[in-house]
Amino acid sequence: MSQQSSQQSSQQSQHQDRRDAYWNANKRIMAGCLIVWFVVSFGFGIVLAEPLDNFQLFGYPLGFWFAQQGSIYTFLILIFFYAWRMNKLDREHDVHEE
Amino acid sequence: MDNLQILTYIVVGFTFVVYIGIAIWSRAHTTGDFYVAGKGVHPIANGMATAADWMSAASFISMAGLIAFLGYDGSVYLMGWTGGYVLLALLLAPYLRKYGKFTVPSFIADRYYSKTARVVAVICLIFISFTYVAGQMRGVGIVFSRFLEVDILTGLLVGMGIVFIYAVLGGMKGITYTQVAQYCVLIFAYTVPAVFISIQLTGNPLPQLGLGSTVTDGGGSMYLLQKLDLIVQDLGFGAYTDGSKAMIDVAAITLALMVGTAGLPHVIVRFFTVPKVSDARKSAGWALLFIALLYTTAPAVGAMARMNLIETIWPGEVAESQPLAYEDRPEWFRTWENTGLLDFTDKNGDGMIQYYNDGNPDFAPTAEANGWEGNELMVDRDIMVLANPEIANLPNWVIALVAAGGIAAALSTAAGLLLVISSAVSHDLVKNIFAPNMSDRGELLTGRIAAAVAICVAGYLGYNPPGFVAQVVAFAFGLAAASLFPAIIMGIFSTRINREGAIAGMLTGLIFTFGYILYFKGIFITPLAENIPANWLFGISPEGIGVVGMLLNFGVAFTVSRFTAAPPVHIRELIEDIRVPRGAGGAHSH
Repeated sequence: MSQQSSQQSSQQSQHQDRRDAYWNANKRIMAGCLIVWFVVSFGFGIVLAEPLDNFQLFGYPLGFWFAQQGSIYTFLILIFFYAWRMNKLDREHDVHEE
Repeated sequence: MDNLQILTYIVVGFTFVVYIGIAIWSRAHTTGDFYVAGKGVHPIANGMATAADWMSAASFISMAGLIAFLGYDGSVYLMGWTGGYVLLALLLAPYLRKYGKFTVPSFIADRYYSKTARVVAVICLIFISFTYVAGQMRGVGIVFSRFLEVDILTGLLVGMGIVFIYAVLGGMKGITYTQVAQYCVLIFAYTVPAVFISIQLTGNPLPQLGLGSTVTDGGGSMYLLQKLDLIVQDLGFGAYTDGSKAMIDVAAITLALMVGTAGLPHVIVRFFTVPKVSDARKSAGWALLFIALLYTTAPAVGAMARMNLIETIWPGEVAESQPLAYEDRPEWFRTWENTGLLDFTDKNGDGMIQYYNDGNPDFAPTAEANGWEGNELMVDRDIMVLANPEIANLPNWVIALVAAGGIAAALSTAAGLLLVISSAVSHDLVKNIFAPNMSDRGELLTGRIAAAVAICVAGYLGYNPPGFVAQVVAFAFGLAAASLFPAIIMGIFSTRINREGAIAGMLTGLIFTFGYILYFKGIFITPLAENIPANWLFGISPEGIGVVGMLLNFGVAFTVSRFTAAPPVHIRELIEDIRVPRGAGGAHSH
């Protein structure tokens, strides 16, 4: 009886560990994406816009380009990257949908 | 009736027939259909529907005009209204889809095991959504009255009738598929004139590249933005590619719009409609792709329209030679004068249209030397999109298309907002608080009645817009950022935040943000302080204050939760459950 229950609790804690590992891996990917999100918009598009404007991308001052074009393209890539990376992570941790 | 009007009636009429056809084809049979389209919407279709849901009359009609006059400062809208989708895709959509129970207040109520939390969330939702919807109905009325020359009331009633048919009959299911059609109409209507104008000015058919190209009439050596910077400065305005707002305010507004976007209930609920958690992540990407088509075109439309306008008024050397004589004004100028969106006052009585920045003291000596006695042309920013095809001499069918696009943008957003209002009333208030024993059919009927009532209220607000309609955008986003967004985020990412913390946090964020906007904008009351940077808290304008409200919400929620009992065990299990995708359940019909 006591052996059975300790086995059960060790199974439960294993299950918990697996979930924690998945959640922590998810948080790391998320943090990476959010750093990029922050850097292109608030970094390049706002705080560093003025110094970046000294460089040109075709006819665009670079800071202006990030604020009105580049940040949007980066956001788009970030979301598709996250969706792809999470699908892979779901499978690695066996929590994907049937 | 002239040729253009007949064409406009045909194009707009055709789109209406399509919307009604879709409504009949996709009628809702259950509350699941009505609230979340049976959770069977393909992620790409949901992406299009989200894009139409999201892009309102303001995005379609006003945004490019705002950017045209703000230049770099207009970037806050571009980054703010797209960056929110990153937050949605990473932090909210997959988990709320896993939770899967119809409405945003339901999630808040379940996660914080509290009826009070549900009611607070419903109040936030209704306030945010109604302020927003009033603007949409107004947009419908304006487009109708300008392009079809009917009065605003008739235009409003027709718009209400169409929304009534597909929102009341079809619920979320009807709305989703009409939004897909509306997206196609609006994006076509937006990009066609932009492509034509980009070709005319730069020879490049892609507006996104055209904005970075050289102008065709500049001997091939001058970039469009360079030229625009020069001519606006010649007229005493700040350089187009430089900002005039303080950096902290630009950052705060951008963040408030991003977070507000991610916290808007009518956007969030769209991600309840896809079959799987992985679809919710992907679908946010598709939504942003469809939105980005318009949002990366808008800065080009804005800059090019500004250039066209200035070159029309100053046919010779800008500010050096004589401007256009009022006598010689082009046809579109006359048409838009009639609507009051364009207004000429001959201040120095010379019959010429002097358009320049009379608010710039450094430029005043130049103006005086030229004998100018103030700026003589008032240009409403909405003209930049609506009159763009006429300014650029595009064919009549393009103008008709713009009318249909403006109506599609306004109707699709109005329908999405009305649906979240009606489901908050029927599901959260009636079913979960007042009449828990109601049958599914009873709830469906309640939902339909709530939608019908909401349409009438929205129509009334559109016809008699409260004086503050122009200011409510700050309200809707600020409140969403300060109230709903933090409550949802903490509900997913923290197991420790409890009922007391969440309610205290939401109320703090809500009251602080509401109070701050009231203080400077004076909604319902006269403003208590002048709305200038010197008076603002940390130099943050009312548009950006939602960020501070959000931080207060987080702070209060954490502090209160620390000193009160932890959430019960079953809440911990709920959180653990929404964090993993497996078990979301595929498409189902009741």
